[in-house]
Amino acid sequence: MTIKQILMLIPLLPLMAAAVVGIFRNYLPRTLAHVLTIAGVAASCALSVYVFNQTLNGFSLNESVYTWLNSGDIHFEVGFLIDNLSAMMMVVVTFVSLMVHIYTIGYMEEDPGYSRFFSYISLFTFSMLMLVMSNNFMQLFFGWEAVGLVSYLLIGFWFTRPTAIYANLKAFLVNRVGDFGFLLGIGMVLYYFGSLDYATVFQRAPELANTQVNLLGNTSWSLMTVTCLLLFVGAMGKSAQVPLHVWLPDSMEGPTPISALIHAATMVTAGIFMVARMSPLYELSTTALSTVMVIGAITALFMGFLGIIQNDIKRVVAYSTLSQLGYMTVALGASAYSVAIFHLMTHAFFKALLFLGAGSVIMGMHHDQDIRNMGNLKKYLPITWITSLIGSLALIGTPFFAGFYSKDSIIEAVELSHIPGSGFAYFAVIVGVFVTAFYSFRLYFLVFHGKEKWRQPHQTQDAHLNATDNAKHDTQEDSHAHDDHTHDDAHHHGLGPNDDPHEPGWVVTLPLILLAIPSFIIGYIAIEPMLFGTFFNNVIFVNAESHPAMAHLAHHYHEMMHSPAGMAMHGLTSLPFALAASGVLLSWFFYMKRPDIPAAIKQRCNLIYQVLENKYGFDSFNEKFFANGSRYLGKLLWQFGDITLIDGAMVNGTARVMGKIAARVRHLQSGLIYHYAFAMIIGVFLFMTFFIKIN
Amino acid sequence: MMQADLNSISWLSLAIWIPVVSGMLVLLLGGDHKATLTRWVALVGSLVSFLVTIPLYTLFDVKDGFFQFEELLPWIPAFNMHYHLGIDGFSLPLVLLTSFTTVIVVLAGWEVITKHVAQYMAAFLIMSGIMIGVFTALDAILYYVFWEAMLIPMFLVIGIWGGPNRVYATVKFFLYTLLGSLLMLVAFIYLYHQTGSFELADFYLLPISLHAQILIYIAFFMAFAVKIPMWPVHTWLPDAHVEAPTGGSVVLAAIALKLGGYSFLRFAMPIAPDAAHYFTQAMVVLSLIAVVYIALVALVQKDMKKLIAYSSISHMGFVTLGFFMFSQLALEGAVMQMISHGFISAAMFLCVGVLYDRVHSREISAYGGVVNTMPVFAGFAVLFAMANSGLPGTSGFVGEFMVILAAVKFNFWVAFFAASTLIFGAAYTLWMTKRVFFGEVANHHVAELTDLNKREFLILAILAILVIGFGVYPQPITEVMQATSAEFLKHMAISKLPVTGY
Repeated sequence: MTIKQILMLIPLLPLMAAAVVGIFRNYLPRTLAHVLTIAGVAASCALSVYVFNQTLNGFSLNESVYTWLNSGDIHFEVGFLIDNLSAMMMVVVTFVSLMVHIYTIGYMEEDPGYSRFFSYISLFTFSMLMLVMSNNFMQLFFGWEAVGLVSYLLIGFWFTRPTAIYANLKAFLVNRVGDFGFLLGIGMVLYYFGSLDYATVFQRAPELANTQVNLLGNTSWSLMTVTCLLLFVGAMGKSAQVPLHVWLPDSMEGPTPISALIHAATMVTAGIFMVARMSPLYELSTTALSTVMVIGAITALFMGFLGIIQNDIKRVVAYSTLSQLGYMTVALGASAYSVAIFHLMTHAFFKALLFLGAGSVIMGMHHDQDIRNMGNLKKYLPITWITSLIGSLALIGTPFFAGFYSKDSIIEAVELSHIPGSGFAYFAVIVGVFVTAFYSFRLYFLVFHGKEKWRQPHQTQDAHLNATDNAKHDTQEDSHAHDDHTHDDAHHHGLGPNDDPHEPGWVVTLPLILLAIPSFIIGYIAIEPMLFGTFFNNVIFVNAESHPAMAHLAHHYHEMMHSPAGMAMHGLTSLPFALAASGVLLSWFFYMKRPDIPAAIKQRCNLIYQVLENKYGFDSFNEKFFANGSRYLGKLLWQFGDITLIDGAMVNGTARVMGKIAARVRHLQSGLIYHYAFAMIIGVFLFMTFFIKIN
Repeated sequence: MMQADLNSISWLSLAIWIPVVSGMLVLLLGGDHKATLTRWVALVGSLVSFLVTIPLYTLFDVKDGFFQFEELLPWIPAFNMHYHLGIDGFSLPLVLLTSFTTVIVVLAGWEVITKHVAQYMAAFLIMSGIMIGVFTALDAILYYVFWEAMLIPMFLVIGIWGGPNRVYATVKFFLYTLLGSLLMLVAFIYLYHQTGSFELADFYLLPISLHAQILIYIAFFMAFAVKIPMWPVHTWLPDAHVEAPTGGSVVLAAIALKLGGYSFLRFAMPIAPDAAHYFTQAMVVLSLIAVVYIALVALVQKDMKKLIAYSSISHMGFVTLGFFMFSQLALEGAVMQMISHGFISAAMFLCVGVLYDRVHSREISAYGGVVNTMPVFAGFAVLFAMANSGLPGTSGFVGEFMVILAAVKFNFWVAFFAASTLIFGAAYTLWMTKRVFFGEVANHHVAELTDLNKREFLILAILAILVIGFGVYPQPITEVMQATSAEFLKHMAISKLPVTGY
């Protein structure tokens, strides 16, 4: 097989598996559904590793597969760009996807939509691979929207739940707002660069660095700034940056395996990947970078705060995902693209691990997701416990763990950056460390330590009320929605006071273990080549003169740390570690030692609590302003514009006027001879007068 | 040798007259007492009619931007009228779309229509021939005859097999379209007086003063804008769709609307190119109003058919928008959009038809949770909904993508408003999908639904394959129009004050 054929197989194998399982799902046995899809994605994973191995040895490829369409001199092609960046992404995507496929066998065991689920996640793998392997903007956009489609299908997987079908519509539309900007950005690229091919665009970028465009009146804007910002709007949608983040917490309505795969490890990082891929463009606009950094910083900090008050295990992890995506975005803004990608990779492993661990807990708890009903699960779910601990330690940036290397590098890169906004961003990421540690270990302690709270039956009722209450905010538009919600289907029954939770089988624990390994060691291994080595040469472009943060970072590393171990040792004495440790300690003190304190704080600071509870009011604003506004405008245009003005006044108005004229004129045709005779005489008289006058 | 033989056949005449003759045959042979025979005769007729259009594609020379398969016979020598047919890259895909859609419509009416079966099938077959006539006529009067003749079967289809308010809808439809057409006839007669013929080619070469061009353009505009329909002469369409039977809606959306778009390319723009440039801004603004205003109106519709009708108007806004940016990307995008909309709107109306046949309601609120009882159907419906919202990988994406990309070059803010369809198009389509298909079973009607039968499955599967196929590989469609659109733009760029060739 040639390498090109291998590359074709990598996305096509999952696609074929998805198609076969999806179309014949009612005829195939369940076992075959997962065997086929797992075989597809496993083969694709193995081939990706092979390709990655090749690119590590200097292989790269930029070739089109077929011409999608030609129009004049513009050619739209489907093709692959394979280099270290895309090959690494392929490995991460297929590996996490494989883990999630295996895990799903256990998680979805009793679900009637078992085969459909496997078909969807394989389709997702295909879409995501098309996105990362693309060598042009058209295909990027294809993958971009295709992952959005699968996300829509999977969030709404349990399509009878009002909250799920509300969340998937919301996710799709919010993503479409991002895509709206993204598409305009692609339009700018095509217009000014004359091509959608990455290589051509990047090659022409420097010539166009000082081009100005007029958008509003005579104000002129830098082409690069406009293009980069428009593209970034797309990234904000997909990677859930404020204010387009609103869909991600709601996406937790989907089954947990996809929360791990799509809404934590892979799809939501597409925006980060895209910006890193476009580094030759972003490097030419400091304004764009600065905007990227500030938006990332806001997301990193303020979404972290929301994680503190969540009681749904998945929502806590979801907010931590938002916050971590903010970190990656901040790194992009600091021109530390490689650091962002590095964090993307480590995050993919430990966040998938945390989500799958949460899923394991949810299974153990019989689909009760409220962390206030859990406790002491370390006794019953030992593997889940240990792996979740590893994931949490990685997340908060404990030295030697994967997350430490990537997160610490981000913080340092921001510190060394001089882009406008970097001061605020540094503040945000450093406070974020404390917040992350606090909510992560709040979750950890409440779930795995302390009292076995499900044995106190009254809590459950309360939690359910709370959940319904949350749903209420989300489903204002569907008046019928929460009536249905009270019946609660099989997925929400929870654990009885005398039941013991059980650790699920190996299909669940094996992926946890396999993900825990990279969550621990991948940072140690990968930091040198990825950040300071030649891994991203010719892939990521940084203008070291105007954006020296990365160069300083490398210098700093070689001067002071020398090695990954040195960096970890150094990290033990640094400010971020102190903050993380105090976050952990505080959460231990609050939730293990003195649970009365958080309750008291909640009472005292009711205002702040309300603000957080309402998620800063984004949802209600969007619902009131955008959703109701469009509906109101639509009604107005319809009722007034179409019905009253066009149909009423113009169309039927014309008909009425005709009718009225006809009604008058009809009187002339009375049918009486003497009327006609009289008219004739008058007519003759008039004509005669007329002719006599003329002559 | 073989090639020469194939080329000597009058494919276009066959494409027009086979469906008309098979329509007559159905009328003669068929009747309600032998409904099955009637249906089979109609199906065979429509299939043969479709098959004879295929050579048009296979024998078409994609390098040639001028008319091909020309047929020229004297018709009424006294007025220098000819039976002159021919196709270029714009009409070829539309002819194929027409003959294809007829097969779908015959299948779609199979067991649904039990009253006046023969007349129903015949109406669609004859209409198909007439519409192909519109797309292929190169003589203005021949074109005009086909154009007006098309109204009669459609009038009957809505008037006889339509819903309760069909009389209002048919009269509105008829008068609206007739009013515009009469002005077009006046323009043709004016041009006849100038050239002494009704030959399209003569019209193209005729130098006309700007003032006259503007009047001619307005006359054409009145005829074509109603047909497309453009805002503000669109209000006949939702009424006509709501009252029309499923087959009528399919033909109306998939083909009838394209007659207007096609005619802009064939008559209004090349005959009066300076006027077309003169009106560019107005046309672009009207198109954008169609895209944004109508999308908002679609959002609040309670009737599924009305919603899809409004969505059609919004999508056709991209067609006129693409025409008036005078770039190849936009122009081909616009034609692509016409073809794709033919598949998608047909599929959407068929989906409503599937539900209507079972529940006899078009109200969105009458449904909910259809996926529980009709999972296969829901799969198709979600696919077509996604195509309607322009998802990449479906044909709905291609045209919009091309037009929006071209619009950025034309004017950023035009692109800005055009791209809003990404949000609104998804909003109205998917919101409807959510309310109809997802959720718990809403009532006993939904609970009693049965999934697609084989016939319905076949129809939707064929459309699904086409929608995905042309989304993944649109080149076969755009390839045939490349040379034509290049020639067209060349012609449009030259002022008609001196003599030009096209």
